[in-house]
Amino acid sequence: MIRVKNLSMKFDDFTAVDDLSFDVAEGEVLGFLGPNGAGKSTTMKIISGFLQATSGEVSVCGLSVDRDPQKVQQIMGYLPEGAPAYSEMTVWAFLDFIAQVRGFSGDDKRQRLQAVIDQVQLQSVLHQVIDTLSKGFVRRVGLAQAIMHDPKVLILDEPTDGLDPNQKHQVRQLIKSLSKDKIVIISTHILEEVSAVCSRALIINQGKLLLDDHPEKLEKQSRYHNAICLQLSDNVEAAVKSLQGIANIESVEQLEERKYMLFPRGGQMLLPEVVRWLDKQSWQVESLHLEKGRLEDVFRQVTTQEPISQQEAC
Amino acid sequence: MNLNMTSIVMRRQLHSYFATPVAYVFILMFLVLSGVFSFYLGHFYEKGQADLNAFFNFHPWLYLFFMPAISMGLWSQERQLGTIELLMTLPIGHSNAVLGKFLAAWLFAGIALMLTFPIWVTVSYLGDPDHGVILAGYIGSWLMAGGFLAIGSCMSVCSKNQIVAFILTVVVCFLFMVSGVSMVLDTFSLAPQWVIDFVAGLSFLTRFDGIARGVLDIRDVVYFIALISLWLYLTKTFLQRVQAN
Repeated sequence: MIRVKNLSMKFDDFTAVDDLSFDVAEGEVLGFLGPNGAGKSTTMKIISGFLQATSGEVSVCGLSVDRDPQKVQQIMGYLPEGAPAYSEMTVWAFLDFIAQVRGFSGDDKRQRLQAVIDQVQLQSVLHQVIDTLSKGFVRRVGLAQAIMHDPKVLILDEPTDGLDPNQKHQVRQLIKSLSKDKIVIISTHILEEVSAVCSRALIINQGKLLLDDHPEKLEKQSRYHNAICLQLSDNVEAAVKSLQGIANIESVEQLEERKYMLFPRGGQMLLPEVVRWLDKQSWQVESLHLEKGRLEDVFRQVTTQEPISQQEAC
Repeated sequence: MNLNMTSIVMRRQLHSYFATPVAYVFILMFLVLSGVFSFYLGHFYEKGQADLNAFFNFHPWLYLFFMPAISMGLWSQERQLGTIELLMTLPIGHSNAVLGKFLAAWLFAGIALMLTFPIWVTVSYLGDPDHGVILAGYIGSWLMAGGFLAIGSCMSVCSKNQIVAFILTVVVCFLFMVSGVSMVLDTFSLAPQWVIDFVAGLSFLTRFDGIARGVLDIRDVVYFIALISLWLYLTKTFLQRVQAN
């Protein structure tokens, strides 16, 4: 269990984290969301024991990070932002150093190194100098060092930043497979990642906690929740007006010439009614798509005061 | 303090020193220059004495530029690459990290110093030197190198830029070297005698003068060990401060 209580961090006049409190239980994968400079990395640095908070408390599995940083660090794997690693070392030498720090030696060490290398698929670059690796590999080396001792707590600051879609998928699978009876906190600004791996999402801005919920529940707060995107084959005059005639529709927006977004009243399920209604019409439907809700939409709503743009593609 | 952790950090740092050709170029330069200084400036042959005075006398000046080059990257590189965040979130602890890195630099300097052995061989071949005196000279020189490196370690924490760390180290080391010279002591002429004695006592040059002649006084050993401890303690303090910002 990680317990963050009234955490604040001030740098001179700037408040990076402002009275932040939350708990993370075993088995949870917590997604930390927020715009750049929201205080995500600062919070993670405090939890990892790198920074000392101005005020407040962080405890990890009952241990205070402030009083017992080394004990906390023993049960924690941490991937700092940008996955820093000793660039002049080879991947093997670097991971060997980490394994030694984590207390492995002899056969144990060799086996553990092999297991981690297999897990993040680094076999092909083992004897390459880290400086010569692509961004994706450097990130994987960072992940490998974080999971070296199979830690109870994993803190990953933007673990998939700079990876290609295949690598992203792979890392997400890895995080999912690791997360069983562990505590995982990841920060990201890729919102699809939150839906893909997290069991809970936390949105912060200007160091303050704005939302804390299950990603699916957050999506439900979006105006796109249960909205229907409809594309017709022909151009129908006055389609918008006609569509508004369906029961439980709050509004209809025309996205493109033959494309419409139907927003339900209070997030109700529109699909059966829309299908029934379309049945009666002579319109040819090209595509029909039910929206689950957009995390991005909720994110923007809570982190900015801007009105949400009216016209967005399906 | 955990000696195992210190040793792991030390070995990693040493590994980094030798990972690039810079280390080898550095050692080669050191050997060439120490030879040039002893033979041309120190008149090693012309003196006709079976000792290594001519060799050791130039060490403080040689170290003034070589030791800051060894120590400049110790911390500033970690800060620049961001690896300091990795290092300080591993369960290593500040004291072990500071000591481990310093020991790596000191060992590296020791290796460079040991490779000057041909001059010892030469003097033994040419004459019949007092080997105890030479050994004392080597130990004293290595202790002094430690003093330079401890100052360098502290300066390296203070800046993200290795060049700045280098220059700061040269300046501070220079002040420590010359504090015993009469020109410096004259500026303290109005100060009480104990201040003058204290400043003079800080001088590397005064301390090393005896060592170069083979007199390794226990007070000199204590001085250098105290100096190293003080600067490493300062390194740790600055490291914690740097981390907080």
